[in-house]
Amino acid sequence: MNFFWDLFLGGLTRGSIYALIALGYTMVYGILQLINFAHGEIYMIGAFTALIVASILTLQGLAGLPVLILAGLIAVLYASAYGFTVEKIAYKPLRQASRLSPLISAIGMSIFLQNYVMLAQTSDFLPFPNLLPPSDFLDAISVWIGPSDFVIIVTSAVVMIALSLLLKFTKMGRAMRATAQDREMAMLTGVDVNRIISRTFIIGSSLAAIGGILIASHVGRINFYIGFNAGIKAFTAAVLGGIGSIPGAMVGGLVLGLAESFGTGYISSDYESVFAFAILILILIFKPDGILGRSSQQKV
Amino acid sequence: MKPLLEVKNLTMAFGGIKALDGVHLHIAPGQIAALIGPNGAGKTTLFNCLTGIYTPTSGDILLNAPGGKTRRLNGLKINAITALGVARTFQNIRLFGGMTVLENVMIGRHPRSSSGILGAIFRPPATRREERDIVDKSYALLESIGLGDSANELASNLPYGAQRRLEIARALATEPRVLLLDEPAAGMNPQETNELEGLLTRLQAAHELSILLIEHDMKLVMNLAENIFVLDYGEEIARGAPQEIRNNPAVIKAYLGEEDDAEAQ
Repeated sequence: MNFFWDLFLGGLTRGSIYALIALGYTMVYGILQLINFAHGEIYMIGAFTALIVASILTLQGLAGLPVLILAGLIAVLYASAYGFTVEKIAYKPLRQASRLSPLISAIGMSIFLQNYVMLAQTSDFLPFPNLLPPSDFLDAISVWIGPSDFVIIVTSAVVMIALSLLLKFTKMGRAMRATAQDREMAMLTGVDVNRIISRTFIIGSSLAAIGGILIASHVGRINFYIGFNAGIKAFTAAVLGGIGSIPGAMVGGLVLGLAESFGTGYISSDYESVFAFAILILILIFKPDGILGRSSQQKV
Repeated sequence: MKPLLEVKNLTMAFGGIKALDGVHLHIAPGQIAALIGPNGAGKTTLFNCLTGIYTPTSGDILLNAPGGKTRRLNGLKINAITALGVARTFQNIRLFGGMTVLENVMIGRHPRSSSGILGAIFRPPATRREERDIVDKSYALLESIGLGDSANELASNLPYGAQRRLEIARALATEPRVLLLDEPAAGMNPQETNELEGLLTRLQAAHELSILLIEHDMKLVMNLAENIFVLDYGEEIARGAPQEIRNNPAVIKAYLGEEDDAEAQ
């Protein structure tokens, strides 16, 4: 039972991160029908920024919660700026082009950002400090759940609930949903669609950066390549849940994380990625719209 | 009196085909005008030019605001034109089906409200006040078209006639000066068409609207419109009061010359 509980928590932790990143894929897809392959790199840039900021602050003699908050905040802002700029440079000029062009552009952006970080920083793995400040509460619950697992699960849940409320109850959320359903009609009701697209990239990038900081702090090391793997997994989660669907991305992330965790625990850890992609293939064969996806015939 | 909306020598060419060829049109403030013509005459193309979906090949679309300022609409972005006061509905209804009836109207308040990304996240009192105002105004519009009780239903679950009215309410939420209606009576039975006629008259008076409607139901057109423009093959073949149009030989020829004249009634 203890073993089961550990696997369950591990799966939930992984799944939360997958879900955070998958949300960025699915939101952009919902509005632009574009798979933003550079999204994983935004996550990686978020983690790097947090590492740099945290190192500087630690050298200045700061420690504990202020480091975590400042590093997190700056990383989110920085990653959002990257997401915003990538859209303006690589996707906006191709708005009227065929769907293949922005896709190629996205892959190009992904390769560019990876190599840029590799050259600007290093190709080695860098140790990532544990940014969680010591806390009596986290010590007390560490019998059942690891402190960073707890923080990841709770933070992800809070962020995802906040996003759902934002989409459901605010003017911006309504405009985003309307744009996803019928871009031209949204413009006809006065929505500045370009602005909505920019904001979608900013929000998606923020979520990815939060995921990046959380997981880097949990795993303890990062390099320029972590975005690729996480990106592919999160993309799988988005497709699994039904790409374009916000709750789908959350469910897809959790299902994928749990499946990987239980698969590696009960069968073999050599097959970690095999479980993820086997699920993807099965879903694509038997339920191509994903767990919560809209039926594709709905769009005329 | 200066017309509110003026279309001057408008041409819209797709490759070598001119869907609109030198069209002139004008609507006075508070006037209901109709745009008629056989299928493929270019009526919907004209609406698409007026709302910025197409950028006309040549010509001018001018909106004369009551204050005396004139804005050229062609070349502006779709949402900028909506913000200046032109709204429309579609022949094939285009509601946001996955959103509630109320949300569909609330979206229409977008150009008349100001809160942005920071307001959405931090929700200061000004944003909350504005949000309440959006809900109140949208709800009042729903009441005025008799859909107050369905506010929280999904738009796609409404019956057909109600969906048509909801589209009009969404357009009105943007506070237009000119409302463009593309076949508002299509698919309606005679009784529903009668109700629509009453509704449009009422809304026109309540919102001080100018209305331009495309319609094949000649009875509705003759009852509502003060001024009728007739298009055929992208060219204007007649204009005038209903009585003049009814007896105009060019109009009769354009309609009777059509194979699918039954649809034109």
